[in-house]
Amino acid sequence: MILFRQALRFTSRLPFICGRCRTYSAQVGSVERVISAFRSVSGDEGVSVGSAVREQHGRDESVHICRPPDVVVFPRSVEEVSALAKICHHHQLPMIPFGTGTGLEGGVGALKGGVCFSLRKMEQVLDLHQEDFDVTVEPGVTRKGLNSYLRDTGLWFPVDPGADASLCGMAATSASGTNAVRYGTMRENVLNLEVVLADGTVLHTAGKGRRPRKTSAGYNLTNLFVGSEGTLGIITKATLRLYGIPESMVSAVCSFPSVQSAVDSTVQILQAGVSIARIEFLDDVMINACNRFNNLSYAVTPTLFLEFHGSSKSMQEQVSITEEITRDNGGSDFAWAEDEETRGRLWKARHDAWYAALALRPGCKAYSTDVCVPISRLPQIIVETKEDLIRNNITGSPIAGHVGDGNFHCLIVLDPNDPDEVQRVHSFTERLARRALAMDGTCTGEHGIGLGKRALLREEVGPSAIEVMLGLKASLDPKNLMNPGKVL
Amino acid sequence: MLPLRFRRVTMSARVLVGVKRVIDYAVKIRVKPDRTGVVTDGVKHSMNPFCEIAVEEAVKLKEKKLVKEVVAVSCGPQQVQETIRTALAMGADRGIHVEVSGKDYETLGPLQVSKIFAALAKKEQADLIILGKQAIDDDCNQTGQMTAALLDWPQGTFASEVTLEADKLKVVREIDGGLETIKIKLPAVVTADLRLNTPRYATLPNIMKAKKKKIVNVKPADLGVDVSSRLEVLKVDEPPQRQSGVKVETVHDLVEKLKEAGRI
Repeated sequence: MILFRQALRFTSRLPFICGRCRTYSAQVGSVERVISAFRSVSGDEGVSVGSAVREQHGRDESVHICRPPDVVVFPRSVEEVSALAKICHHHQLPMIPFGTGTGLEGGVGALKGGVCFSLRKMEQVLDLHQEDFDVTVEPGVTRKGLNSYLRDTGLWFPVDPGADASLCGMAATSASGTNAVRYGTMRENVLNLEVVLADGTVLHTAGKGRRPRKTSAGYNLTNLFVGSEGTLGIITKATLRLYGIPESMVSAVCSFPSVQSAVDSTVQILQAGVSIARIEFLDDVMINACNRFNNLSYAVTPTLFLEFHGSSKSMQEQVSITEEITRDNGGSDFAWAEDEETRGRLWKARHDAWYAALALRPGCKAYSTDVCVPISRLPQIIVETKEDLIRNNITGSPIAGHVGDGNFHCLIVLDPNDPDEVQRVHSFTERLARRALAMDGTCTGEHGIGLGKRALLREEVGPSAIEVMLGLKASLDPKNLMNPGKVL
Repeated sequence: MLPLRFRRVTMSARVLVGVKRVIDYAVKIRVKPDRTGVVTDGVKHSMNPFCEIAVEEAVKLKEKKLVKEVVAVSCGPQQVQETIRTALAMGADRGIHVEVSGKDYETLGPLQVSKIFAALAKKEQADLIILGKQAIDDDCNQTGQMTAALLDWPQGTFASEVTLEADKLKVVREIDGGLETIKIKLPAVVTADLRLNTPRYATLPNIMKAKKKKIVNVKPADLGVDVSSRLEVLKVDEPPQRQSGVKVETVHDLVEKLKEAGRI
């Protein structure tokens, strides 16, 4: 149940300053024995025990401390992944898949040592079918890399979590992003996966090479692995659903007197059937931070950033419907733009939110909470959360949210070397998660369970669901070698 | 009486944009085993990034109603039609495909291409030619300059900003020392540098609409151009592999190693 406390405890026992210490592997001698076996599969350049390489593969972008693996392997094909997995399975070595290391919940930490499978050498875009709107990618292909590859085709993959993450990694964490309100999350956009299981078996979740847009064939194995965060297998291919790049994109900004009025507008905009693609909410603290960071002068009140996708003919109408809705709810300073430069300027505040938050307290780290509730409960939870922040002296924490999904992030800037502050932040995040659960929501809208939210998962889904999850895990990975210590 | 050229109002101006089909910038280039060139079979190709910037600039001028028509031109075999179609999807009005294939295509270089462009500029009565500053496969950075010389037109190369003022172009150029601003008379040749603009992605509806736009086929001989090359590629090699470094324990060892390597 512990985010920071456990992380702090491990600091005192810490490690890897000298490359000779390999204190955490389950059986220390066995790792050396298997390294030559790894080299015979992936070549000398495909296996690394260098401390810098291991440390790089033991951390992501979260506040969790680095937990390096004992060895990092770089397979070049699914056959190599399978062969390496068989070796690990035989020697009972933990396996941790690694994409781009841009996760936010400590999912790549090797808590029990073991072998990190860095999949970046498998970076092909395979099988693009333009008329069918699907493409298959290997784990080394990132979101921006794919969209650049597709730029001549008029197609794109719109799930946008911010970071330039590995697409298979995004499938593993069921990532989402600012576009989810129109295009969905990874759950809705993965058609098929190729997965290597703990014993080296290669599994095609929807059947080899299959890519129908819909199916009712058997159990939905594809969505079992989406969001499994590397605990059920290593994803080596993902078949993704593509969309046409919309003819026109229009951005708009509007200020509101209160959180309630901003959320009410959001609900009405969704109900009006406007072709909205992004609705982002920034609270007054966030706007203030952005003003200071970017020398802007937005009114320091709750603000909505909107983006519409559609045909150029319909844009004018969509914008005026939206403007009317915001005005009826007390909104003001409605500004909009269609050309790319002005759009970029309008949205700059939202794009730089993370850095603006960090700039509030230079030298500190930032932690992002990630709860999601039904949209109608959003005003209440945001108001209560802000009161909580003030009451507990966790000052100046800006809030940004994908308000169209009821998902918001509290960007807490903290000094990791101040144990009192760490403790207060930790308690706050637990309270926030429980507040969301009490409102029929979830403790994680898009970042995943990872290392720190396992106890919250139990509270959220309940004992029966946890039992089923444990049963599935035991069935697919009876030796608990796949990313141990995460999710369950 | 003003010369005919001055009477030409820029509102009816025609822009020629060159687009080259090259190996996509994200692809890892491999040298062919016989060292005569790089592997192109089955490799992803796309429009040269600087040509994308050139097309974007031309389309922007049209959207501002400063020019009337944008014509996309490419030289090569059948496949370059895809590149012309991308330009049409970005907003060009029509395309010209100059057919060059086989050995002629392998040896096609800036001199022949600039002769083709000069001939087309006269035939189409173009007022402005916008090209990318260089292609990412040969890095020649010659076509724009040669075209201007053949036509005896002024040139604004490495453009990071282009402004149309009546019949003159104000071009801000990126040079070693910083930025240079020049004013040149139309008709002129401009080559696009990286910061000129951010090219739009071709949207799916626009790609569909572009299928209806016309691409005309032309042969170099029809333009009176001889595409034979005066250059012969002798061999192509990969850059030398990077050697790993060596750690030394003392300054004495460092000096010894430098002497061994003939560096001191």
